[in-house]
Amino acid sequence: MTVTTETREVGGQVGAARRHRDGVPKVAGEFAFASDLHRDGALFGATLRSSLASALIRRVDVGPALRIPGVRCALTHMDVPGRSTYGLEIPDQPVLAADRIRYQGEPVAIVAADTPALARRGVAAIAVDCEPLPALTDAEAAILPSAPPLHPDGNVLRRIEVRHGPDAWLERSDLVVVEGSYELGMQDQAFLGPEAGIAEPTPDGGVRLDVATQWLHVDRAQMASSLALPEEKVHLSLAGVGGAFGGREDLSVQIHAAMLALRTGRPIKMTYGREESFLGHVHRHPARLHYVHATDHEGRLRWVRARIVLDGGAYASSSRAVCLNAASTAVGPYRCPAARVEAIVAYTNNPPCGAMRGFGAVQTCFAYEAQMDKLAGALGLSPVELRLRNAADEQDELPTGQRFGRPAPAARLLTRLSQHPLPDMPLGSTFSGEAAAASQPGDLRRGVGWAVGFKNVGFSAGFNEHSTARVRLDADDSGLIATVHTAACEVGQGLVTVQEQIARTELPVAAVHLHTADTGVGNAGSSSASRQTWVTGGAVRDACRAVRRELVRSVCELAGCAEDDVTLDLDGARTPESTIPYAEVIGGRPVEATRVFRPPRTEALDDDGQGDAHFAFAYAAHRAVVDVDAELGIVRLVEIATTQDVGRAVNPLGVEGQIAGGIAQGIGLALMEELVLEDGQLRNGSFTDYLLPTSLDVPRIRAEVLELGHPESPYGLNGVGEPPTIASTAAIAAAVRDATGASVARVPIRPEDLVAEREHSWSP
Amino acid sequence: MRISLTLNGRATTASEVDPNASLLDLLRDDLGQVGSKDACRQGECGSCTVLLDGRLACACLVHAAQADGRSVLTIEGLGPSEGLTDLQQALLDRGAVQCGFCTPGIVVATLHLLERTPRPTEAEVRAALSGNLCRCTGYQSIVDAVLDVAAERSDS
Repeated sequence: MTVTTETREVGGQVGAARRHRDGVPKVAGEFAFASDLHRDGALFGATLRSSLASALIRRVDVGPALRIPGVRCALTHMDVPGRSTYGLEIPDQPVLAADRIRYQGEPVAIVAADTPALARRGVAAIAVDCEPLPALTDAEAAILPSAPPLHPDGNVLRRIEVRHGPDAWLERSDLVVVEGSYELGMQDQAFLGPEAGIAEPTPDGGVRLDVATQWLHVDRAQMASSLALPEEKVHLSLAGVGGAFGGREDLSVQIHAAMLALRTGRPIKMTYGREESFLGHVHRHPARLHYVHATDHEGRLRWVRARIVLDGGAYASSSRAVCLNAASTAVGPYRCPAARVEAIVAYTNNPPCGAMRGFGAVQTCFAYEAQMDKLAGALGLSPVELRLRNAADEQDELPTGQRFGRPAPAARLLTRLSQHPLPDMPLGSTFSGEAAAASQPGDLRRGVGWAVGFKNVGFSAGFNEHSTARVRLDADDSGLIATVHTAACEVGQGLVTVQEQIARTELPVAAVHLHTADTGVGNAGSSSASRQTWVTGGAVRDACRAVRRELVRSVCELAGCAEDDVTLDLDGARTPESTIPYAEVIGGRPVEATRVFRPPRTEALDDDGQGDAHFAFAYAAHRAVVDVDAELGIVRLVEIATTQDVGRAVNPLGVEGQIAGGIAQGIGLALMEELVLEDGQLRNGSFTDYLLPTSLDVPRIRAEVLELGHPESPYGLNGVGEPPTIASTAAIAAAVRDATGASVARVPIRPEDLVAEREHSWSP
Repeated sequence: MRISLTLNGRATTASEVDPNASLLDLLRDDLGQVGSKDACRQGECGSCTVLLDGRLACACLVHAAQADGRSVLTIEGLGPSEGLTDLQQALLDRGAVQCGFCTPGIVVATLHLLERTPRPTEAEVRAALSGNLCRCTGYQSIVDAVLDVAAERSDS
């Protein structure tokens, strides 16, 4: 990746490019991921999952499993000690299905056995008597009043209506109006490290779980409810996480492994295989979006109408929040005086959908940016010019009535991006290997596409958004040693490195230890929503400042001087009289402080979909250059260029990694990644059939990182992780349209769609 | 099933190996060598890449019995006893390690590339990495790390 920010080395503090703190064990193969954990005497758990997408359960008989020597335990819904359901927002998902199957892959029973193979045999032996039902798999059909309800309150999981600007402003006369329908397939997080954990009974009658997750405390709350245990008897500790991207925000093995451990009195290890992983976590919501945009003849947006239908699948997960994001971001980072947005998320018999990087903003961006290009075409303006005429300033409002606020950098990002020279690679130079052999040079076309995306950072709509950090200061002959303890999950993004940098910024420490993330300290919230460096980073900063004040007071007591007279250096506390070694200041009594950090408050939307639901937004612009073989429908990326405002790059190396990796996932959604479902049945639940971008699919990325500073965050930082995934997909789609003239109304862009459209356009 | 092999230069024997076990199962479950990762079991992701008699292989696609009498090199056997290889250090320096689940396989695959092709082009590095999925980095930082090492080795 070519990056044009300067790299600063300032003693490992905020702003320095720092190697991943966990990097050494990771490159040596010594880092223990959840699936690598071992306990002597452990049994192995396995899950029986429904092969049907919709059915009534008449009877589940675990007897045949229990007759297999080495199978120790087999449990059904009757064995759930507490609440029979769980869920992030609504507890609507059965721990184990009772009378109804709502998606293929739904857990029905769990088994513990002496070996993984025996556990699988046990699962296979369980007899399930089911009555298949028709599967309701189309979100639009599911929300019709005539559709059979999948849940007691019907199939409309959430519907948000946004009414912004008076009705009189929505007229069509003397305006340029464009209309379009768009669709996105179901993308998977496809993290490499499978879901895994080890549960063990504890002497207090509770359970301990080492698990790969994104949010320890919300796991604990759901486990405690279903296990009928007080939360203080459910102890969670983070095991090594092999990627997350939203797919670990919902429970996987947690309650099941704990139930088996409590029942058998033995440690239980559970690890999913790849197919089970595809069935066992939520996905990105597939969406259908219909848009009408109207501008004046200078290309200034006058109004937008949008209808967004998201397929939430069988259970709620975080769908309600995804729906809120879709409604909020529906118009994009653009000024628009009037909007009518209807955002709906539906229950269906498809796999449950929930969090994935971009979380509702990816779907809208694909559609609104396609609309902006349509407008540019209708008005005879360049895509960049049309966007610049509409780019929102800080005083402008989202369709939800909230001001964009500072920094509102859409115009600046786009302007900077447009100044990058286009790549000089000759047409077709990316067609190597088999593609080159099949392609005729005359069929190749180059295209350039632009997109700008934005998204809210952190939890919204009145959520009790906060994180907690505990910092302890010890001292030895080397100087001060800080121990930072949070429940924030390192999932690969480099959060542990950032926490160390913050400690080194606030404290003159010789060393920083990071306590394993666990529930022994307060809630940190999820490693999601581009929030963790902001919110947990803020908590670490505040706890560091608290122990620093305490330390200064101790120095004052010891030296009999005023606080202003004390300077904390690396080698000791300097006072007018002398420099006191830290070991002497602290003595045997470590200084400790716990702090809770809260970003600005948010509020729920009102009945008109109006309200300040978000506390911050993060933005990125992308330019994609593609070569397309229009005859074969093959798309090859030549380059992706991006400008992104990160507020302040706490760790420039980590920022670059988030940008490049996020774009790679945007490429996947644009060109290849889709979970294919037929009648609710997953057809490609393997890495052979679910295509992920390889080193031959991701081009060189040219990234420019702007540090505009967010006015309300610690150190001026902003969320980084999601913006790269939001507009990159839309930019690639735009580039393919530019190259081929095809409508590209759907992603992923399938070769057969491009070929079919080309053949259709040729027919008389 | 009893299997004897040379693992990272040492004669190693495992007894009572499941007759259905793959080389990856043998390494992880019987021999406790969990550096090679289990992510797809179809030879698609490269997380379990090892050298089998000096040739790249996905351990998940090799039957454990096929490794009997042969030499297997894994991530555990590639590094020096102390510190890191130049390639491992370059991966860290370039920020090419995020979650790290793919990293052991990538270290094995790229060290093998550099042994056979000391000065690879970027296209050759990308081709050599095409059997190793990485979901976090977007690959460029990995490619750059390999090119850095090739350049440094040829300078010294």
